Amino acid sequence: MDYFLSEEQLMIKDLARQIAVEKVVPVREELDEKEEFPWEIMKALAQSDLFGLFIPEQYGGLGKGAFELALAVEELSKACVGVATTYAANALGTYPLLLFGTDEQKKKYLPDIAAGKKLVAFGLTEANAGSDAGGIQTTARADGDHYVLNGTKQWITNGGEAEIYTVIAITDKTRGARGASAFVVEKGTPGFSFGKKERKMGIRASATRELVFEDCKIPKANIIAREGMGFIVAMKTLDNSRAGVGAQGVGVAQGAIDEALKFARQRVQFGHPIISFQAIQHMLADMATETEAARALVYAAARYIDSGAKDVTRASAMAKLFATDVAMRVTTNAVQVMGGSGYMKEYPVEKMMRDAKILQIYEGTNQIQRNVIAQALIKESAAASKGK
Amino acid sequence: MRIVVCIKQVPDTSEVKINPETGALVREGVPSIINPFDMHAIEAALSIKEQLGSSAACSVCVLTMGPPQAESALREAVSFGVDEAVLVSGREFAGGDTLATSRALSAAISKIGADIIICGKQAIDGDTAQVGPEVAEFLDIPHISYVKKISGISGAVIRAERMMDDGHDVVEAELPCLITVVRELNTPRLPSLKGKMAAKKIEIKKLGLADLGISEEEAGFKGSPTQVKKIFTPSARTGRRMAEGSIEEQVDAIIKELMERKCL
Amino acid sequence: MPVKVSKEKCTGCGFCVTTCPFDAISIKEEKADISEYCQMCSACLTACEAGALSTGEGEPSEKNPFAGYKDIWVFAERKQTGPQSSEVAPVAYELLGAGRRLADARGSELCAVLFGGSDEEARELLKWGADKVFHAANPAFDAFNDEPYARLLSSLALKHKPEVILAGATAIGRSFFPRVAARLRTGLTADCTSLEIDAESEQKNLIQTRPAYGGNIMASILAPRHRPQMATVRPRVMKRADYNPEREKTGRIIPVETDGESLKSRTKVIECVRSTDDAQKVNLHEADIIVSGGRGLKGREGFQMLHELAGLIGGAVGSSRAAVDEGWIPYCHQVGQTGKTVCPKLYIACGISGAVQHLVGMQSSDTIIAINKNPEAPIFNVASLGVVGDIFEIIPLLVKKIKERRGA
Repeated sequence: MDYFLSEEQLMIKDLARQIAVEKVVPVREELDEKEEFPWEIMKALAQSDLFGLFIPEQYGGLGKGAFELALAVEELSKACVGVATTYAANALGTYPLLLFGTDEQKKKYLPDIAAGKKLVAFGLTEANAGSDAGGIQTTARADGDHYVLNGTKQWITNGGEAEIYTVIAITDKTRGARGASAFVVEKGTPGFSFGKKERKMGIRASATRELVFEDCKIPKANIIAREGMGFIVAMKTLDNSRAGVGAQGVGVAQGAIDEALKFARQRVQFGHPIISFQAIQHMLADMATETEAARALVYAAARYIDSGAKDVTRASAMAKLFATDVAMRVTTNAVQVMGGSGYMKEYPVEKMMRDAKILQIYEGTNQIQRNVIAQALIKESAAASKGK
Repeated sequence: MRIVVCIKQVPDTSEVKINPETGALVREGVPSIINPFDMHAIEAALSIKEQLGSSAACSVCVLTMGPPQAESALREAVSFGVDEAVLVSGREFAGGDTLATSRALSAAISKIGADIIICGKQAIDGDTAQVGPEVAEFLDIPHISYVKKISGISGAVIRAERMMDDGHDVVEAELPCLITVVRELNTPRLPSLKGKMAAKKIEIKKLGLADLGISEEEAGFKGSPTQVKKIFTPSARTGRRMAEGSIEEQVDAIIKELMERKCL
Repeated sequence: MPVKVSKEKCTGCGFCVTTCPFDAISIKEEKADISEYCQMCSACLTACEAGALSTGEGEPSEKNPFAGYKDIWVFAERKQTGPQSSEVAPVAYELLGAGRRLADARGSELCAVLFGGSDEEARELLKWGADKVFHAANPAFDAFNDEPYARLLSSLALKHKPEVILAGATAIGRSFFPRVAARLRTGLTADCTSLEIDAESEQKNLIQTRPAYGGNIMASILAPRHRPQMATVRPRVMKRADYNPEREKTGRIIPVETDGESLKSRTKVIECVRSTDDAQKVNLHEADIIVSGGRGLKGREGFQMLHELAGLIGGAVGSSRAAVDEGWIPYCHQVGQTGKTVCPKLYIACGISGAVQHLVGMQSSDTIIAINKNPEAPIFNVASLGVVGDIFEIIPLLVKKIKERRGA
C-alpha cells in the first residue's frame, strides 16, 4: 500500500533497508546464537546519520520525528528485532532529554547521541516496579550540590553498553509516584556499576543488564525537569516511543510473511507447491491483512505524535497493543506455514517468533496498554457526559 | 589536500548470462553499479580525509568518464560523503581503450588539481588494471599499485603497503601520487542520509573535449591503439565423456577416472 | 571498431538490444539503431543471426608504416624471494615459450630483457629460447621499482623498435608495464590467453585473445596502427619452450649501460615482506589435484565437504569467484581470471557453472571432472568427464567409497 511518503522519507526507508539487508541479515543468526551486542551495526547506523533522525537540527540531528523513526525501526525489525531494539531503546533513553531537558543539557548530550558516538539507555523498571511505577525504590537524596543515588534498576536495554542513562528515582518517598524525578547519569560515575547480563528467550543481540547505584553522586544539574516530575517524564517518554514498538511489530511480522511466502512457493507436497493449497493461502492472506492494518495504525499514531497533539497516550498505546499482538500471531503462523522447517534454526522464522514475544511485554505489557486505553475511554466518556 | 577518486560505472558482470544456444550476451536486467574496487577507493579517500581532520582542509572529488547516465554513479559517490563530482563526457570519448581513457582522465585531473589520486585496482568489466598506472605516467607522477594498507601521509610523502604475488612491499612515494587499491584495504561504508540529500542537490561539473585540450584524434576510438576484432565463446574440449546411470554408477565412473589418473 | 547496421539485412528482431552492455541499441523504424552510447565493445555481434551487424573497416593503413620494427621481446621478470635475494620468475620462461613461437612465425629474433640479476641468469634465458638478451646488470635493478623499470624499458624499446613486447601479468608486470605503454603511446592488452600472428594481414598483426566483459566472453584484440604491440600473460598460461643448453653458444648477451640518472625514482621501497601466510599455504599453483567449488555449494558447509574430499586424495581446495563473493571461502582460494590461474593434473569442479572468467583460470588442466546439476552448464564444455547430478549426493557417496577402498 502507498502511504504517500515524501522523498526524504523514502530515502530514510531505503537506507535503513540497505543496512538491514547488507549488515544485519548476514550476521543476525550469529548474533542471536552468541548473544553478541551488534557494535558493527551500530557503527553503520551512526555513519548513516540514522541516530540523528529524530534529534533537532540545531543539536546535530536531522530534525525528523516519530514517523521517520518508525520507518527506520520497521526496516531494521524486518531483519532482526534484537538489533532494532538496541536502536529503538536508544531513542527511548533520549526522549527524556529531548522532551524535558534544558538547552544546556541538550547541547551537552544530543550532538554526541545524534552522531551515534554515545548510546543511551532508559532506566525505569525495578524488581518491584514495572507495570506499577509507584513501586520504585531507587532513591535520589539531595546533598549540597549533588544528588546521591541508591538502588538497582532491572532489565535495562543497552545497559552496560550505553554511555548515557536517563533514570527515574524517588526524591520524596512520602508523595508516591509524584515523588519521582528523572536524572541523567553518565557511565563511569563512581558508585554506578552494572549487574550481570541477562540471558533471554529472544532479542538476544540486545544487551539487558541491571544498573546498580551505590552512593552514586551526580551533580544537581543532572536532574531532568524538576523534582517530582519523574513520573510525567516517564509517561511522556513512553507515549512517544510506544509507536516505535508498534513499528517493530510491523517489521518483524512483514519479515516473517516474506519468509513464509518464499517458502510456500518452493515447498512441494502432494505434487504441488504448498502455496496452491487454500489452507495456506488463507493463513497468508490473514497475516498480510493484519500486518497492513497494524502498519496503517502505527503510521497514523506516529504522524499524530508528530502533529504536536497534546495527548497521544491513547493513540500510541493502541498502535503498540495492536501491532505487537499481530506480530506474535503472524510470526507464530509463519512458523506454522513452514512446518518443520519453520521450527528449525536453519530458517529465520523461529527466531522472529521468539523475538516477537518481548514486544507484547516491554514498554508496558499489552495488558497495561489495554488499561491505558480503557482509562482514556472512561475519561473521554465522562468529559462528554459532563459537557451535556 | 585534494584527493581525486577515479571511478567507473560498470554493468554488474556477475549478473550477466550467456545464451547457451546463440552464445550471445544477455544484458537484460543487469544493473549498472559503481565498479566494486572503486568503492574501496572512495572509502580510502574518505577515511584519509577523516584522519587528516578539518585542519588539513582536505576535499574529495570523484571523477568519471562515460555517457551521461554515468552521472548516477557520481551521485551515488556523493551519498557516501564525497565533496565534488566531475563527469568527462562527449561522444568523441566513446570506444576509448585504456590509453585513450587514461589520456582523458589525466587531462581532467590536471584541470581539477590533486595531491593524491585513488583508483580501484581494476574494473570488473575490463579487468585490465591498466588505467591507474597509465594515468600516473601521463601526469608524470609516481604510483603505487595494489595498495592494501595506507600506513601514513606526512608532509609530501605517502607510505603504503602494496600486495605482491607472494607477500607485500612497504613503499614510500612523493606526492602528488596515484595509488590503486585492493579490497583488503577497507570495508566501504554505506551512504549517509546527509550524503543522500547532498547527492540529490549537487551540481556535477561537466568537462568535454574542448575543456581538456585534447584533439579528436587523441580521444575515444580514434585515440585508441587497441581494437576489438571479434568476440566469441570458448570452444568445447574434445573427447568429453558424460557419466550416465544411477548415482552409484556415476560415482564409480569418477573413481575409475581417479584411478586412471593415479589419484587414488 | 565502430559497429554498423546493414539496413538490408536487419530484420528488426531486437536480439541485439538485449545484449548491449551500454543500452546503446534501440529499434527504430523496425531496424536496429546504434546511438552515441556505443562503446564499440562488439558484444552485439554475437547476437545477430541475420549478420546485419558488423564492425566497419578501420582506416586504410599506410603502406607498411612499421618498416623499422622487428623482433619479439620478452620482459624477463625477476622476483624477490627474500629481503636480499631474487631470481628470474618462472613466468619469464613461459613467455619465452610463447615468444619463440611468435618469432618463428615472423622469422624474426626473440629477445629477452633482464633487469638486474647475474650473467648466469642471462645465459639461462638463452637456453630457454632467447636469441638475444638485453641485460642491465646493475645490481641496483635487482629490486623492482616502477619508475626506473618503466623508464629503462621504454628507452630500450624506442632505440631498438621491437614489434612485440610481452610481460607477465604479475604484480610487477601489471604495475609498470602500463606505464611503458603510456610512455610509448601504444596499446597494451592484459591477461592474454593466446597470442598469434595474423598471417593474413599485411602488417602481420599480433592477435591477442583475452577474456572480456567480466570474463563472460572472449575477445580478439589488435593494435593495427601502433608498434610495439604490448601484451601481458598470466603465469601458467603458456607452455615453456624446450630447454637447450646448446643455444648458449649461438645466443648473444647485450649489456645495457645504466647510470645514476636512470635509477632516479620518486618511490622508495622500504621493505619487502615475503610471507608464509595463508595465501602461501593455499598453494594452488603447486597442487597436482584441485577440488574446486562454486555457487552450487550453497554455503560454507558445502566447502567442508570439499575439504574432506581434497584431504582424502591429497588435493588443494579452489573456488569460483561467486563463492568468494558470497564470503564462503577466502579470496586466496579463487581460481579464474581475477584469481589464480592453475594447471593441475586433475581439476574437480563441483557446483561451478563455468563462466569464461573461471574457465580461463583452469581449462588447461590435464583432466577436468565437472559435477553440476544443470546439464547445460558451460563447465561441461571443458570437462573430460561430466557428471550431471546433485553434488550433495555425489560427493558424500564418493567420499564414502574412497574411504571403503582405503579400509579394504
